[in-house]
Amino acid sequence: MLRYMLRRLVYTLGTLAAVSVVAFLVIQLPPGDFLTSFSAKFAEQGGSLDTDSLTALKLRYGLDQPWYVQYWLWISGILFRGDFGESFEWNKPVSELMWDRFGLTVLLSGITLVVTWLVALPIGIYSAVRRYSWLDYVVTFLGFLGLAIPSFLLALALMYVFSRYFGMSVSGLFSPAYVNAPWSLAKIGDLAMHLWLPVFVLSTHGTAALIRVMRANLIDELYKPYVQTARANGLGEAELLFKYPVRVALNPFISTIGWVLPNLVSGAIVTSVVMSLPTAGPLLLSALLAQDMYLAGSFILMLSVLTVIGTLISDLLLAWLDPRVRYA
Amino acid sequence: MSDVTAPTVPETVAPAARRFAEASQWTLIFRRFRRHKLAYASLFVVLGIYLVALLAEFVAPFSPDSYNARFTYGPPQTLKFFGTDAAGETHFMYVNGHRMSFDPVALKRTFVVDEKSVHPVVFFAKGEPYKLLGLIPWDRHLIGPGDPSQPMYLWGADRLGRDVLSRTIHGARISMSIGLVGVAISLFLGLLLGGISGYYGGWIDEVVQRCIDFLKSIPTIPLWMGLAAAVPANLDPLLVYLWIIIILSLIGWTDLARVVRGRFLSLRTEDFVLAARLDGCSRQRVIWRHMVPSFTSHIVASVTLAIPSMILAETALSFLGIGLKEPVVSWGVLLKDAQSILALTTAPWLLAPGAAVVVAVLALNFLGDGIRDAADPYA
Repeated sequence: MLRYMLRRLVYTLGTLAAVSVVAFLVIQLPPGDFLTSFSAKFAEQGGSLDTDSLTALKLRYGLDQPWYVQYWLWISGILFRGDFGESFEWNKPVSELMWDRFGLTVLLSGITLVVTWLVALPIGIYSAVRRYSWLDYVVTFLGFLGLAIPSFLLALALMYVFSRYFGMSVSGLFSPAYVNAPWSLAKIGDLAMHLWLPVFVLSTHGTAALIRVMRANLIDELYKPYVQTARANGLGEAELLFKYPVRVALNPFISTIGWVLPNLVSGAIVTSVVMSLPTAGPLLLSALLAQDMYLAGSFILMLSVLTVIGTLISDLLLAWLDPRVRYA
Repeated sequence: MSDVTAPTVPETVAPAARRFAEASQWTLIFRRFRRHKLAYASLFVVLGIYLVALLAEFVAPFSPDSYNARFTYGPPQTLKFFGTDAAGETHFMYVNGHRMSFDPVALKRTFVVDEKSVHPVVFFAKGEPYKLLGLIPWDRHLIGPGDPSQPMYLWGADRLGRDVLSRTIHGARISMSIGLVGVAISLFLGLLLGGISGYYGGWIDEVVQRCIDFLKSIPTIPLWMGLAAAVPANLDPLLVYLWIIIILSLIGWTDLARVVRGRFLSLRTEDFVLAARLDGCSRQRVIWRHMVPSFTSHIVASVTLAIPSMILAETALSFLGIGLKEPVVSWGVLLKDAQSILALTTAPWLLAPGAAVVVAVLALNFLGDGIRDAADPYA
C-alpha cells in the first residue's frame, strides 16, 4: 500500500507541475504582453503610467526574460509567498479576489458530489436488481435526458419557470441583504436556502452518468457464480446483495470520481455564469474576456489543482477498498 | 474479413444457424443493431438532422439574417389547418396575423393574435433566392408564407425580429458539422497515438498514457475557455470555427485513443492474430487485414458517442461568448441571446435552439449505444 501511495503521489506531483505550465501558457497566449494592455487600460481611464512603475512591473514579472524565467518567477511567487500576481482589471492582488470565490466553488462542487452519490447509488442499485421494471425504464429514460441537457440550459429553463410562475428570482447564492454581510449563522442559513437549485442543476448530469455506471456494474456482478453460491448457502437476499455484488460494483463507481470531478467543475463554471453565482465561473469568464491574464491563469491553475487532488483521493480510496489495485 | 472466402457450411446445419454462419460480420452487426428499436429510430433522426443541415437554405423559410424590426420579440404563430381568409378562399395551412399594440406605461409592445387575418402557408414557397449546396441557384423554400411579404414566425422572433426557426435550422449546419469534423480530427489523433501506444507497448505506451491521464485531469471548460479566449477577436469566422474545432479535439482524442489501445492490447493475444502471424503475414497485413476489421465496429460506436460531447462543448463555449460569435449562426450562438432572465421572460421561445441541441444529443447517444451493443455480433 505504501509503495502504491508513493507512486501515485509522484504521479500527482508531476501532473501538478504540468498543469501549472499549461496555466502559465494560457496566461502567455494572448498576443502582446499584458503590460501593453495594462498601460492601454490605464491610459483609457485618463491616467498614464510613468516609466518607473512600468520598469518596476517589468522587473517583477521578468518580462524581458525568456519564458521559463517568467514561469519560475510566477510559480515561485505562488509556492513560497502565496502571491498569484496582480489583477489589472481590479487593481488588486489576485489572491485577494480569488479565495472567497474559490471557497464557494469547492463548497458547491463538494455538496454536489455528495448529493450525486446519495441519489445515484440507491437508484442504480434498484434499477439493476429490478431490471426492466417500469421504474427502471423511467430512470433509464431520465438518465439519458439528464445526459443530453446541458446544465446551463437546465438552469435557464428553471430560472424562467421560477420567475414566470412563482415570481421568484433564483439567481445568486445570497439574498441582497447578506451579500456583503460578514459570515454569520443567518448568512449560512440564507446560503443553504439558495444553494439547492444550483446543486440540483449541477448534479443532474453526474447523477445520470453514475446511475448508468452503477446499474451496468451491478448487472455484471449479479449473475456471477459466487452470488449463486452465497444464495445456495442460505444467505438472505438483502444481506447477500449489500455484502458482495454491491461492494464489487462500487469499485468502478469510486474510480469514476476522477472524471466526475473535472466534469463537475466545468459544469459549475457555465452554470455559475448563467445563475450569477459568486463562484469562480463568472470571474474567470470576465477575466478571460478582459485579458486579465494573471487572474484567469490563477483560476485555471487552482481549478485544475482541485481536480487533480480529487483524483488522487479517489485513487487512494480505491486502493484502500480493493487490494487488487494496490498490487497491479 | 468479409472478402475472405467463408468455409462452406455443411448442408446438415439448420437454416437459422446457416443464416448466422454464412452472414458477414457487418450483416450480423446490422441485424443485431436493428433489433434495438430506439437506436434504429435514432439513426433516422440523426440522418434527418444532417440532411436538414445540408439543405438548410431550402428547409428554412428565411435566411438567418433577414430581419423585420416590426416584429422584435414577436411570439410564435401557431400553424393552423383549413381556414378561410377575408376573400373567402380556403387554405390548407395558415397562420393568424398578430396585431401590435404599444403600452405607453410599460414601454412594451404586446402582440395579440388577430383571428380574422389569415395568411396562407404553402409548401415550396417562393422566397429569398439562394444557392442550394452552394451550387444550384433557387428561390423555393420547403415551407413558407404564400405571400412573401408577410412574416411567418413559427418559433417566434428574436430581438431583431429574425425568425428563430430559420436560425435554428441554419445553426444545425455549424453545430452538427463541428461534431463531425472535431471527431474526425480526434479520431485521427486517437488512432495514431492509441495504435502506437497499444501496438508497441513499453515506454512509448507509458508516455502516451501519462499524457492522456494528464489531459483528462484538467477540467475541460476552464482550459477551453483559456484557449478560446486567446483566439483573436478579429479573425475570419471560418478560421475561428477551425480553431474552436482544434481546441475541442485537443481533449477529444484521449477517449478514442484509450479505446483503440485497449482493443489492440486485447487482440494482440487472440488466437486468430497468432494464426495469421504463424502463417507468415507481414506486420502491416496482420494489423490492417486481421486486427483493424475486428475492432472497426467498436471504433464506430465510440466515434458516435463522441460527437454529442463535441456538440455540447461548442454550445457551452459559444453560449459563454468565447466560442463562435455572430454573424456565425450556431446553436450556442443562438442560445446566447437567451442568457439574461429579462430576455427569457419576454421571449421564452429563444430557448428553442436548446430543444434542437437536446434532440440531436439524445439521438446520437441512443445511436451510439445501439452500435456499441451490436458491435460484437459473436458475443
